[in-house]
Amino acid sequence: MSSIVNPHDHGHDDHHGAPSGFKRWLFTTNHKDIGSLYLIFALAMFIIGGAMAMVIRAELFQPGLQLVDPHFFNQMTTVHGLIMVFGAVMPAFTGLANWMIPMMIGAPDMALPRMNNWSFWILPFAFAMLLFSLFMEGGGPAFGWTFYAPLSTTYSNDNTALFVFAVHIMGISSIMGAINVVVTIVNLRAPGMTWMKLPLFVWTWLITAFLLIAVMPVLAGAVTMVLTDKYFGTSFFDAAGGGDPVMFQHIFWFFGHPEVYIMILPAFGVISTIVPTFSHKKLFGYASMVYATASIALLSFVVWAHHMFTTGMPLAGELFFMYATMLISVPTGVKVFNWVATMWRGAISFEVPMLFSIAFIVLFTLGGFSGLMLAITPADFQYHDTYFVVAHFHYVLVTGAVFSIMAAAYYWLPKWTGHMFNETLAKWHFWLSLISVNVLFFPMHFVGLAGMPRRIPDYALQFADFNAIISIGGFAFGLSQLLFVYVVYRCVKGGDAAPAKVWDGAEGLEWEVPSPAPYHTFSTPPEIK
Amino acid sequence: MKAYRFAVGWLAAMLPTAALSNSDYNMRQGVTDISQQVYDLHMTIFLICCAIGVVVFAIMFWAIIHHRKSKGVTPAQFHESTKVEILWTAIPFVILIAMAVPATKTLIAMEDTSKADITIKVTGSQWKWHYEYMGEGVDFYSVMSTSQDQISDKEAKGENYLLEVDKPLVIPTGKKVRFLMTSDDVIHSWWVPDFAVKKDANPGFINEAWTRVNDEGIYRGQCAELCGKDHGFMPVVVEAKSPEDFDVWLASQKSAKLEAEQASAALLDQTLPKDELMAEGETVYMAYCAACHQPTGLGLPGVFPAMKGSPVVTGPINDHIDIILHGRPGTAMQAFAKQLSIKQIAGVVTFKRNTWGNDTGDVVQPSQVQARLDAKQEEGK
Repeated sequence: MSSIVNPHDHGHDDHHGAPSGFKRWLFTTNHKDIGSLYLIFALAMFIIGGAMAMVIRAELFQPGLQLVDPHFFNQMTTVHGLIMVFGAVMPAFTGLANWMIPMMIGAPDMALPRMNNWSFWILPFAFAMLLFSLFMEGGGPAFGWTFYAPLSTTYSNDNTALFVFAVHIMGISSIMGAINVVVTIVNLRAPGMTWMKLPLFVWTWLITAFLLIAVMPVLAGAVTMVLTDKYFGTSFFDAAGGGDPVMFQHIFWFFGHPEVYIMILPAFGVISTIVPTFSHKKLFGYASMVYATASIALLSFVVWAHHMFTTGMPLAGELFFMYATMLISVPTGVKVFNWVATMWRGAISFEVPMLFSIAFIVLFTLGGFSGLMLAITPADFQYHDTYFVVAHFHYVLVTGAVFSIMAAAYYWLPKWTGHMFNETLAKWHFWLSLISVNVLFFPMHFVGLAGMPRRIPDYALQFADFNAIISIGGFAFGLSQLLFVYVVYRCVKGGDAAPAKVWDGAEGLEWEVPSPAPYHTFSTPPEIK
Repeated sequence: MKAYRFAVGWLAAMLPTAALSNSDYNMRQGVTDISQQVYDLHMTIFLICCAIGVVVFAIMFWAIIHHRKSKGVTPAQFHESTKVEILWTAIPFVILIAMAVPATKTLIAMEDTSKADITIKVTGSQWKWHYEYMGEGVDFYSVMSTSQDQISDKEAKGENYLLEVDKPLVIPTGKKVRFLMTSDDVIHSWWVPDFAVKKDANPGFINEAWTRVNDEGIYRGQCAELCGKDHGFMPVVVEAKSPEDFDVWLASQKSAKLEAEQASAALLDQTLPKDELMAEGETVYMAYCAACHQPTGLGLPGVFPAMKGSPVVTGPINDHIDIILHGRPGTAMQAFAKQLSIKQIAGVVTFKRNTWGNDTGDVVQPSQVQARLDAKQEEGK
């Protein structure tokens, strides 16, 4: 990115001279550099994970096995999930946090810059290990990204240790990133930046960071128990030794449910930033947005077993988790109502970030509706582990989290690069994505309801027509993202110069520094009115 | 009135979906009272969600159409209204309670497994189901019967492609059938959409579920929990017969079992020719072994061992037989003592020891297999 080596009005900070070339990126402790690294890494992983989705959709294009064998198919679904969750969505949000949080709160950098460097640079090794295991004898992990025991222990191949180690490293990276976010927000706010003046993106990330610190160690515990069960003769999840395979699921989803909010809360922050900008009107309920985010985060710890209704829970347990899950729709509804109320009687303009945000609101809500349906236990017995679930979580994660990341990228790209992106191409990217993503995921509701289980390489004939349509949508969506890569590449390389305040309705400290943002910003804290 | 027209259009687009019950697009109403209740619950919640969606998106699109900057509007300055915020917290809450009441009722009914007329133990294993009629002495395995050629596109696909088995589970209509679910290896999930029954089969634990089927017929489902390589090839087929037909069927199963036992006993004194054993063995290998060890005998390196040149297959005969009979604990190799007859095992051992360049020349007789079974029983005493 060309945002660097531009001394500008903070030139006096550059007296130590930034190293150039590869060393600059390897040794960097600058939050903007590290943010860029995270974002580029996430984009690369998005493309790799997407390529795996293309393999899945190609095999499912028609009934019968044509391209891959079932064992490889299972590796694709597993690694696609792991890469998209841990390699694409989470690092993308961490990248946004690195770039934007210090600039939004008027801090010169993240609070722990060396740890920041380390938390990024261990990630490529984790994913290299995970990806290389695909090429080893026996292949990579093939037990689903949820790695249920005993499929992942007694019945997995010997490369499982690589998976475990890779997940450990990803977890360490996330925890360090989260600690950095918390310490930065608590300590480095500019004087006068009181809690209830924090931009919502910062608030949502603060809450996300606490979720990360709470649950990533639980994931580390789960993979460690898988490791010792498989290689060291323990029986955490083996009934023959006094363990319980269902306990694995409780532990996994105690991590896993907060994890899905980790991927969506920063998205709420992004949308709450962009919608007011292009509605040219203040966010309707700032305080209620903060409280709603906090309530969602708290509730996320008491709903995990709604992923496990068919495992054979007692009736009281099923009722508790059903009610608690339904309750989540209240604060989530508050958020959607808030965005709509913000747009109401505003003066809305439709730049690309706003287009993605509007699509987010509609399609995320659709995913929310199917989520509410899934919460109803008796109906969940029919939906569970079908394509209805696949449709649900892709609506909240692709048209939810990923669309918000794209909205954020278009929103702040001019600030990062100092150039405007090509608006025509970006609009093409938006409309192609919007149409293809719905061709891809909407029919999944139908095949799921009609009874197609997830994670199968081949299916009964009645699902054939829809699967062909879904695959076509998938290929179109995949190709459309190459356009995104091109738009970003062109914007980094050049384009019309962007002003300091790129969007006329935007508010926040990041718009008070020039575009591109100088290498060091807010070395002297700004004044907050 | 654009938004109004939009809302009506949206609803009209949704209604045909609602009308398509028991279609390829919607959840099945099924053939039990419970499955009907679940379907009704599903449709109620779906329509409530549609209604909420119509209202919220109508307001949003109204704003998008009328409150756009290009129309030259000046933005309003209002924000925060405690009244509105309480309202939009309270209304969803009331709707949720309205949803929770019927859901709770149905769930309580679904979890009541008491007073069953008949109990069937369902055991999943990679990648087949085992059904045992408790107290009746009848049990059998149920394996997918779709041919490998259909899957690899070498043959036209049949009507029930991937949803057909060699021996379906048979249950009586109008009776409360209780299922006890468990597994021999990984977690499976037994699912028949028409009964609204989906329950995980966990190794080492027993789950309960029940159904009471109203209509005779054949009902098809699949394993719903990822259980390894052939998870997609593990169908569930249930045939519901009238109680009279069911009794006839159960009696025939008992006598068939008796006959099979007698046939096995008769085999003990016979010496079968190698050709017959090889032919038997090839059939068994393709049906039970090839999923993992592959038709080529090469296995999947790093996952399933090769049979070609394998030290077990070319080593001592008794060890080879024992592994097939009792499996290898801690690996995916399962025990076949209950799944295959002594003739089938004798056949498959002979086949493996004389195929793919394995040329031990060994011919294993059913009596030899029986001897190993007896030896194990002695050990146990």
